[in-house]
Amino acid sequence: MAEYVKSATTGRDWEVVIGLEIHAQLATRTKIFSGSPTAYGAPPNSQANLVDLGYPGVLPVLNAEAVRMAIRFGLATGSTVARRSVFARKNYFYPDLPKGYQISQYEKPVVEHGSIDVLLDDGVIKTIGITRAHLEEDAGKSMHEGLGAFSGIDLNRAGTPLLEIVSEPDMRSAKEAVAYLKKIHTLVRYLEICDGNMQEGSFRCDANVSVRPVGQEKLGTRAELKNINSFRFVEKAIHFEVARQIELLESGGKVVQETRLYDSARDETRSMRSKEEANDYRYFPDPDLLPLVISDAEVEAVRASLPELPDEKAARFCRDHGLSVYDAGVLTSSRELAAYYEAVVVAAGGEPKLCANWVMGEIAGLLNRDNLEITAARVDATALVGLLRRIIDNTVSNKLAKEVLLAMWDEGRSADAVIEAKGLKQITDSGALEAVIRQVIEANPEQVAGYRGGKDKLFGFFVGQAMKASGGKANPGQLNDLLKRLLAG
Amino acid sequence: MSLTRRDVENIAHLARLSLSDAELSVATASLTAILAFVDQLSALDATGLEPMAHPLPDQVQRLRPDVVTETDQHVKYQANASQLEAALYLVPKVIE
Repeated sequence: MAEYVKSATTGRDWEVVIGLEIHAQLATRTKIFSGSPTAYGAPPNSQANLVDLGYPGVLPVLNAEAVRMAIRFGLATGSTVARRSVFARKNYFYPDLPKGYQISQYEKPVVEHGSIDVLLDDGVIKTIGITRAHLEEDAGKSMHEGLGAFSGIDLNRAGTPLLEIVSEPDMRSAKEAVAYLKKIHTLVRYLEICDGNMQEGSFRCDANVSVRPVGQEKLGTRAELKNINSFRFVEKAIHFEVARQIELLESGGKVVQETRLYDSARDETRSMRSKEEANDYRYFPDPDLLPLVISDAEVEAVRASLPELPDEKAARFCRDHGLSVYDAGVLTSSRELAAYYEAVVVAAGGEPKLCANWVMGEIAGLLNRDNLEITAARVDATALVGLLRRIIDNTVSNKLAKEVLLAMWDEGRSADAVIEAKGLKQITDSGALEAVIRQVIEANPEQVAGYRGGKDKLFGFFVGQAMKASGGKANPGQLNDLLKRLLAG
Repeated sequence: MSLTRRDVENIAHLARLSLSDAELSVATASLTAILAFVDQLSALDATGLEPMAHPLPDQVQRLRPDVVTETDQHVKYQANASQLEAALYLVPKVIE
């Protein structure tokens, strides 16, 4: 279903068109054209050698691993991996670009014509086209704080390999853009080609946004939004920009093709510079680099090394575990989460739905509360299964199990130890439970009379009272059976 | 194909070259002459030929293993820098 934006002032419907350019820093040990390390956070300029600094007389030599990573991405997105691609110089002046040009790919990128499927909130699967993905080098960083009239330049990042992933303008809302961005984020981490760390800038996103009246074929003029460094900001930046463009167009103005910076503190976009036309960069093939040729054998070797990809994994969870498409999507959103879930299922010897519910519900909730990644979960798969077993064999109710998990998480104890120490074992002795129920019946003669007189709804009242009297430890099924029998008189 | 003075001004700006009026005239004429010279290639029929990306025919890019070979030499490399602060190269403030 197409999603339109209704103008608040005119009531007119507008269609939003979004394309994303994602820069994924490739997780190589060294730079794309030199043997300098790429570690994050090193002292300024300690990882910039003569090639990275753009000294005269040096030559770039391409990193084989960066090429393999680009091939991995190409294969995982059903793209064409070009058997011959070409590096080009993109010319512009900026202090953090020592050579005066960035080595990139222009006419012949290494990866072209792919797509990925994105699961939207309403359960619809949408295919987003990937126009191209090309290899290029990153620039250095400029620092402006506390340096007076100067900017400080750190060239450690200069020459770090990037894969620039360009989508088709296939997205029609900020939500779709975020879903696509998250999917690419998941994919590059599955492929182990990028650590996906948005705070450190290893996964960055620019959004091309335009609007057009519903029904109009021609695309509107787009603005390119830069500096969006979190999933939340992507959504907010696009919302702001769409509203700005609609207001501008409806008041008789025109959208200018330009680069706009998203300012998260003010939640607004503002003009950075007129976007230079593509030919202002005066791209031309880099004479220092020969064409990159990739053989069929190399492509097949990379294909054979690919891990199970998120979509394949999710399909397997649906097929073999009987999970819903949504649950499978959530559990495969990271390789680590999927591994945790699978470890739980294996250790539990089945019960995939119960395992999925606990991983996505309670475990995810505690991770979120403590701001931890799944790999740092305080209750590991085996320990969680220890608890699930006690639910399956009716030792604890589902509700009390959550209390047990909390204690396991905070105190690092096993499920059995917590259940024992807190006396949370379900009452399975029917004699003891019967005694509890009889007390409840005696204490509430009015309700008993009402129930027996035909007020069936009062049954719930007795369940609640009896459960409370048992300290939550009654087995619900057993409690129901006994109550029915005893209330019948 | 001939270049206008305006084209040359634009190219000079992109290359951050400051040309005087006299230099602009010379550059416009010279560049136009160079283009005319190269334009002789247009007379050839290049149908079906793949454009070359490099003058060395049939040679391909050699690849380097992903192994660190460079060590921290920034003190040496920065010896000729005009201004430094905490190992950062200082340049006139540029914010965009």
